[in-house]
Amino acid sequence: MTFWELFEYPFMQRALMAAAFTGVAAPAVGTYLVQRRLSLMGDGIGHVAVTGVALGLLTGTSPTWTAVLVAVVGAVVIEAIRSRGHTNGDVALALLFYGGLAGGVLLSGLGGESSARLQEYLFGSITTISVADVVVTMALATVVLVVGIGLSPQLFAVAQDQEFARVTGLRVGFYNVLVAVLAAVSVSVAMRTVGLLLVSALMVVPVATSQQLTRSFRTTLLTAMVLGAAASIGGLVLSAYLSFHATVAPGPTIVLLSLAGFAVTWPVGAWLRRRARLRAPFPAVPPADHEPTEHRHQHGPDCGHVAVRHGDHVDYVHDGHRHAEHGAHYDEH
Amino acid sequence: MSVTQTTTPIQLADGAVAIGGRPVLRHIDLEVPAGEFLALMGANGSGKSTLVRALIGLRPLTDGRLSLFGTPIERFHAWARIGFVPQRGGATSGVPASVWEVVASGRLTHRRLFRPLSRTDRAAIDEALEVVGLASRANDGVGTLSGGQQQRVLIARALAAEPDLFFLDEPTAGVDLANQISLATSLARLKERGATIVLVAHELGPLASLVDRAVVMRDGRIAYDGAPLADHAVHEPAFGDAHTHHHHASHHLHDHVPVVRSPLEGGR
Repeated sequence: MTFWELFEYPFMQRALMAAAFTGVAAPAVGTYLVQRRLSLMGDGIGHVAVTGVALGLLTGTSPTWTAVLVAVVGAVVIEAIRSRGHTNGDVALALLFYGGLAGGVLLSGLGGESSARLQEYLFGSITTISVADVVVTMALATVVLVVGIGLSPQLFAVAQDQEFARVTGLRVGFYNVLVAVLAAVSVSVAMRTVGLLLVSALMVVPVATSQQLTRSFRTTLLTAMVLGAAASIGGLVLSAYLSFHATVAPGPTIVLLSLAGFAVTWPVGAWLRRRARLRAPFPAVPPADHEPTEHRHQHGPDCGHVAVRHGDHVDYVHDGHRHAEHGAHYDEH
Repeated sequence: MSVTQTTTPIQLADGAVAIGGRPVLRHIDLEVPAGEFLALMGANGSGKSTLVRALIGLRPLTDGRLSLFGTPIERFHAWARIGFVPQRGGATSGVPASVWEVVASGRLTHRRLFRPLSRTDRAAIDEALEVVGLASRANDGVGTLSGGQQQRVLIARALAAEPDLFFLDEPTAGVDLANQISLATSLARLKERGATIVLVAHELGPLASLVDRAVVMRDGRIAYDGAPLADHAVHEPAFGDAHTHHHHASHHLHDHVPVVRSPLEGGR
């Protein structure tokens, strides 16, 4: 069997479909979580969903649906603790983290499930995904996308400034719960792809990567979705390719590929920010007095010194000085 | 901008607010007629910000009756007529947002769900940016602007809704004189259009010439209500502690980031 023949197998096609939908949907919600500085919320919900999966395995129902159900309940509880109580959001998350994980492991033990079965959900097993699961994944991902993009003006405003949003008449509480529910749904969707313990990575890392390069919310959101899909599909294909030589699980490959994207983008972002800061115009305040400076070479577009706008002319930054052309000489500005 | 209101924008009778059971505002009677520029002044902790938050429904009244444009606050839904400019700090978040996007979020009161921006919406956003002098920065990230510019973004966000009643909470705090003057110019244009403006300020500075009426708060009650006062008069002993220095009011936002307080770092 060659690498290309692999794509003719139905399990691989199902896996690719699931990866594509998950990869697009997870960052769509993740962007709002990052905007609220709740990047770890996906992780908290993921841990709670472990209990849901165990419950499904114990009762013999579909773990996907019990995971969705328990994750939604968990997300709403996290949101309630965060908004009502005087507990910090991260404390609320921590409480649910531990409860969810411990409950899940305990329940699956009670049910006599092997740890391998639970592990499929903890670290993902996209290649064993069934047709029914692919359909559910696609449907839920579509719901997440429609709501996440369709209501983006409202969700953006609420996450940006809750009090202002309330004064514009938005039902802030409703939108907060909506984001929590969307996060829970996308966690359950991504569960089969990267696993509950790595779910948050797919929601947050593409956003972190895209905001290295973007200045607006819209482009951050859209770029994150593209990056998420690229990482999911790329990671799956890469792991399939590598699996001819070694045992490579798709879930961690997707996450590591996504992180590699961040590692590559971060220096570029840092460089862009530094450049933008260097080239920001100086305030248009005229210099205090006329101060000619000794200077040998001719400043110009190619002289290698940073040219910065200063009111109606250009200053050249040269060894910590600002040189402005004045007739035949340069002035210190 | 519609200036069709025949009813009084703000009517508050015997208003009281308690925060966590502790009475903060008592016996507040305040009526603001249409088109008035009201300065709400007073020392820190005198309750001026709390009063504004109560007037826009962010703080529930524990007593008294509040009507906005003749409608009791419980039944008030015409939020498009209200513009609110919070204290600086709400401009940035965990994800970059452009100036245009933040200002566009002020237009939400006019938009219906799942609908794109209309041409009227876009025109209002562009005009709001023009008024505060940030049209050229529309595509820049809010986080890259200076403090005074971020404050103007928040003003433009409120302006975009084309409201009749404006609340500004300390827009001049920590803003240099040049930016205060450009703020005064923006507010003067609003006033010309007939908007009613309630301004919370510690010091009026260049805004003084716009003010029609001053209300000075002291310890949760109205200590003075009448003609505009000079900045120093507000700090007379009758209105509270004499003040010679300037504070920034602190934010009490819930944040998931744990606040580290230690003797060496001081408060937040």
